[in-house]
Amino acid sequence: MMATEYSLAELMICANASAYDNDGEVLVTGIGVLPRIAASLAMLSSNPDILMTDSESWLLSEPNPVGNRPADFKQKNETWMGFSRIFDNVWSGKRHLTGGPTQIDRFAQANISALGSDYKKPKVQMLGVRGFPGNSICHANSYLVPAHSSRVFVEGECDVVCTIGYNPERLPKGYDFDEIDVRQVYTNLGVFDFRGPNRQMQIVSLHPGVTVEEVQENTGFPVHIPENIPTTAAPTEAQLELIHRIDPQNLRAKQLKDNPPGVRS
Amino acid sequence: MNKELQLQQLVGQLRDGMTIGIGGWGPRRKPMALVREILKSDLKDLTIVSYGGADVGMLCAAGKVKKLVFAFVSLDFIPLEPYFREARQNGELEVMEIDEGMMLLGLRAAAWGCPFIPTKIGLGTDVIRNNPDLKVIDSPYDEKEWVAMPALKLDVALIHADRADRRGVCQIKGPDLYMDDWMARAADTTIVSCEELVDSETFTDENEARFVFWERTQTQAVIEVPGGAHPSSCTPLYGFDIPHFQAYNASAKEGGFAAYFENYIQGKTEQEYQAAVGGLDAIRALPLPVY
Repeated sequence: MMATEYSLAELMICANASAYDNDGEVLVTGIGVLPRIAASLAMLSSNPDILMTDSESWLLSEPNPVGNRPADFKQKNETWMGFSRIFDNVWSGKRHLTGGPTQIDRFAQANISALGSDYKKPKVQMLGVRGFPGNSICHANSYLVPAHSSRVFVEGECDVVCTIGYNPERLPKGYDFDEIDVRQVYTNLGVFDFRGPNRQMQIVSLHPGVTVEEVQENTGFPVHIPENIPTTAAPTEAQLELIHRIDPQNLRAKQLKDNPPGVRS
Repeated sequence: MNKELQLQQLVGQLRDGMTIGIGGWGPRRKPMALVREILKSDLKDLTIVSYGGADVGMLCAAGKVKKLVFAFVSLDFIPLEPYFREARQNGELEVMEIDEGMMLLGLRAAAWGCPFIPTKIGLGTDVIRNNPDLKVIDSPYDEKEWVAMPALKLDVALIHADRADRRGVCQIKGPDLYMDDWMARAADTTIVSCEELVDSETFTDENEARFVFWERTQTQAVIEVPGGAHPSSCTPLYGFDIPHFQAYNASAKEGGFAAYFENYIQGKTEQEYQAAVGGLDAIRALPLPVY
């Protein structure tokens, strides 16, 4: 049964969870609160074959709830999975990650490293490239963007290109872009992918009340607008119940500014 | 062979310009007591290879780092390391910014005596553009190009372990050894601080020997420093010190590293440092992190 009242964060969680429906038996990693709830939701509903870690060193047969857990909480380990083994998994390709980059460009390239035009002296140093280069060339990647704006979806290329995307000038010798698997992007405005003409970013669905104009105004490059644009599917009551179980302390309510409702009033 | 050293002997093992690998990961099981010895020393022009946390931030802030080989520098719950950030934004650092997995491959290449290991990681990204020394090569077996990730040879690896004996048998009982085994293998000299020096008899039990991840030939010195990972964690013995990291982070905005250094490190022995942060019992009582 579709829910009638839900938050935008919950709508984004359910959209992000659907990313994994047809993945089969892969390691799913959701970086940050909303992607992690989404990955857990998928494992508890649409795709029970998913593998997930405790973000430390174990694979779990059941996802851990987010936030503080009771002192007697016992997680359901199934396999030791230290960081070096994560790389073995990454390089095998049997993984799908949802990350939250600071910049995404028209080529589906992402940036978490640094901002500014001078690499030797960045305006804002962030994390570094982390595992993004390897993730992007080895396995499926989706992105979640809490505040869709042209500061995130930048006009030019990302200040530091941390991932391989679909820029023809950067295509390595012997490679085909079909080998690069950027799946979907989940924002507070809608769901997007890079399967428009010439791998252009396109609208997959818009959240209730969001217009095409709003998307284009907040994106630094032209977005492909398909003829039919569905509204993002509302969460079901069953999904909301699972989300509550995964996030009993309602950390999801703190992830988007002012925790807006899913259906704009 | 007795490889025991005292903490104050560490700096005598190090030289200006050395390439030093630091074990641990972000705010987890960093050899911070060893790092503090470097901070107090005259050592300079170091090349640091690290899955970076406050070890990197502090060494940058103290002007010890000429070049940094990194994939990230982060305190996890405080995502951006304040002093690493400052050093980068001031344009002070020479950097080799690579993917986390590339760093592992570089350490493995060094450990195995290979000049490089081929990988597709980095292709199509600025990792290649920003590291002109990183070569992209043709394969003798296929039509694709590959990144030749060079060996990251370390003069010294600094690691914090749970327990060790005086021969250099080192044990890590925490849930993850991170890349410490590869750091040890990539280095000419591995210096390990540990929570506890134990009798070799300890490892007779196979349930103890199973948590030894490199051979003692890869360890050249052991130094007993209980609490020596503070303020980073040494799971399962203690978690990372959240209030301390918060104060450290705040110091970047008020007083700068000089104030932090003066409060906790300058002119202080490790015992005095620990007294300034609440004592060893308080360190050992720090709650384990929940992820």
